[in-house]
Amino acid sequence: MQRTTMDLWVGVFVMAGIGALLVLAFKIGNLGTYSTGESYVLTGSFENIGGLKVRAPVKSAGVVVGRITDIQLDTGTYDATVTMSIDQRYRFPKDTFASILTSGLLGEQYVGLAAGGDDTILEDGDRIMKTNSAMVLEEMIGRFLFDKASENKTSDE
Amino acid sequence: MPSRLVAGVRGVGHRVIDSIWRLGYASRFFALILLKSGTSFRRIGLVVRELYFTGVLSLIIIIVSGLFVGMVLGLQGYETLQRFGAESAVGTMVALSLVRELGPVVAALLFASRAGSAITAEIGLMKATDQLAAMEMMAVDPIARVVAPRFWAGVISMPLLAALFSVVGVFGGYLVAVVLIGVDDGSFWSQMQSAVDYRYDIVNGVIKTCVFGGAVTAIAVFEGYDASPTAEGVSGATTRTVVTSALVILGLDFVLTSVMFRGMG
Amino acid sequence: MPSETLIEIKNLNFSYGERALLKGIDMTMARGQVIAIMGGSGSGKTTLLRLIGGAVRPASGYVKVAGRIVHELGREELFRMRRRMSMLFQFGALFTDLSVFDNVAFQMREHTDLPEAMIRDLVLMKLQAVGLRGAHELMPAQLSGGMARRVALARSIALDPLLIMYDEPFTGLDPISLAVIGNLIRRLTDALGMTSIVVTHDVQESLKIVDYVYFISDGVIAAHGTPAEIHESATPFVHQFLHGEEDGPVSFHYPSGAYENDLGLESGLA
Repeated sequence: MQRTTMDLWVGVFVMAGIGALLVLAFKIGNLGTYSTGESYVLTGSFENIGGLKVRAPVKSAGVVVGRITDIQLDTGTYDATVTMSIDQRYRFPKDTFASILTSGLLGEQYVGLAAGGDDTILEDGDRIMKTNSAMVLEEMIGRFLFDKASENKTSDE
Repeated sequence: MPSRLVAGVRGVGHRVIDSIWRLGYASRFFALILLKSGTSFRRIGLVVRELYFTGVLSLIIIIVSGLFVGMVLGLQGYETLQRFGAESAVGTMVALSLVRELGPVVAALLFASRAGSAITAEIGLMKATDQLAAMEMMAVDPIARVVAPRFWAGVISMPLLAALFSVVGVFGGYLVAVVLIGVDDGSFWSQMQSAVDYRYDIVNGVIKTCVFGGAVTAIAVFEGYDASPTAEGVSGATTRTVVTSALVILGLDFVLTSVMFRGMG
Repeated sequence: MPSETLIEIKNLNFSYGERALLKGIDMTMARGQVIAIMGGSGSGKTTLLRLIGGAVRPASGYVKVAGRIVHELGREELFRMRRRMSMLFQFGALFTDLSVFDNVAFQMREHTDLPEAMIRDLVLMKLQAVGLRGAHELMPAQLSGGMARRVALARSIALDPLLIMYDEPFTGLDPISLAVIGNLIRRLTDALGMTSIVVTHDVQESLKIVDYVYFISDGVIAAHGTPAEIHESATPFVHQFLHGEEDGPVSFHYPSGAYENDLGLESGLA
C-alpha cells in the first residue's frame, strides 16, 4: 500500500479536528484552570442554602478551591447537606467557617470558606461543623420590618 | 360509507405495522454493522478512504457555516446584552450557544445533507448496479467491506467537524464583537473561560456529536442498503436520509440536553 | 474431455410468494462445457443462477455443486464455495470507485496474502487474456459497455474458478463486442477447464459457442439439446424463440377477457 494525496488530506483533517477539540478544551473552556482531578470531599450542613446549586464554586479569600458536587435534604434534621469537592492542594483547619455568599447583589451564590486557627486539618469525608446559612432577601426584609415594629412597640410603652 | 372507513383504518394500521417492521430490520442491520466491524479496524485504510469522503469533503461547508453562525451570534448577542450593559458577556453567550447546542446540532444537520446523502446515494447506486451482489458472490461481505467502514468514518469525523464548527464560530463571534464592535478583548475571553465548563459543556457537547454522527451515518448506510435498486429508489432514499436525519438529530438533541443539563442552571 | 459432472440440479422448485417461478427443474452440467439457459424475460433464468450461487433457497429439490448441496451449506462453507465460482452480472457490476486494475485485483487482495508484485503480474495476465492490459489505469466510468464486460470477465477469472455464471452477457452490445465476448467465453472456458453457464436470450450468438442448451418456459424445461439438435427441433416454443415470431405458444396478448366486453360493444349501445 502506498501513500496517497488522500492520506495527506485525511491527516490534515484529523489534525485540524483534534486541534479544534484542544482549543475548545483549553481556550474556550476552563480545562487549563481545572485541577488534574486530585481532590477530596468535605460536607457541611446548612439551615438554608438559598439558591445554591450543584457545580457552584467553593471559594476561599476569593480563590476558587473547589465545586459543589451534591445537595441533599437530611430528613432527620431537615437541614441541607452540601457535598463539595476540594482541590488536593488546599487544606483547611478543623474550625473552618463555611458560609453561603452571593457574588454581587443578585449574582450567583457560592460557598465561602474562612480558615480558623486549629492545628488539625480537615480530611477527606470530614464534616465542616461551623456553617452559616444563606442570606435570603425576603427573610432579611421580614426581620427588618419585625424589628422596626417591635422598636415602635417598646418606644410606645 | 363504512367500507371506505375500514379501508382507511386498515391503511393506517398497515403503515404502522410496516414502519415497525422496518425499524426492526434497521436495528438488525445496525447490530450486523457492529458485529462485522472487525474488518474496518484490521484494515484501517478502508476507513481512511471514507474519512476523506465524509470528513475532508465536508470541511468547506462546515467552516464557512461555522464562521457565519458565529458572526450572527456575536451581532445578536451584542444587541441583546448591551441593553443590560452586559456586552462583555457576549463571548460567554457565543461560546455556550455553540458548544452546547448550535455546534453539535447545526454541524450534524450540515453533515447529514453533505456526507449522509452522499453515502446513501453511493451505497444505493452500488446496489442498483449489482455491485453489492457481485461482492456477495465473490465471497466478500458487503456489510463488512462497504457499510462498516463508512459507518465508522462518519462516527469519527462528526465530532471533529463539530469541534471545528464551534471553534470557527467562536472566532466569528470574536471578529464581530471585538474587532468590529469593540468589546473588550480581555473580558471577552476571560468571561468565556470562566463560564464554559470543560466537563459539563465541552465533554457533553462532544458526546452529543458522537451520538449524532453515529445516528446520521447509521441512517445513511441503512437507507442506501435498503434502497430499491432503481433510479427513483436511490433518489427517494437520499431524500429520506436527510429528512430522517434532521428529525432524529433534533429529537435526540432534546433527549440528550434534558439528561445532561437538567437542574444545572 | 471426460464429462465429469460439476452441477446437478434435481426437481428444483422455487416460488416468489404465491407465484411458482421454477417447477421441477432437472439439469446436469459437465466440467469444461459452456451451457446456455434460454427463455423469455421473467422466465426464472436469473433466479436459477441465484439458486446455484446460494443467494436464495429452493422451496424443494436441490442444487449440487461439486457434490455438495448448496442450500445446506453454512455461511462459512458457502463463502468458501463461492471462491470457486464467479458470476458476471448483466452490466458487469464493476466497482465504480476502483480502477480497472483494482477491480481485477479485488478478490486476490480480499482472499489471498499474495505479495503486491505477484498480484500485479496476475492482474496484468488476466487483463491480457481479455485484451485490455493497456486499460488497467482507467476507471470503470471511462469504459465502453463492451470493455466494462471484458474487465468484469477478467475479474471473474481472477481466482481461476471452477464455474462462471453469466447473467445476460450480451445485452446492449454492438455486434462486434458481442462476438468478442462470445468468443472470450468459449476460449476462457476451454483454456481454464472451467464450466460456463450463460443465461441469455441472444439465440444466434450463443448457439455458436455453447455445447448444450436448456430452454426454460413457464418454470419448466421446454426443450434441451446440443445446438445442432436445437436447430432441428420441432418444438413449437423453440421454433418461435429461434425465429423471433410474435405469436405462438408464448402469446402476444397478456391474458384478458374478450376484447368486445372491454369496449362495451356487446351491450348494444348503437
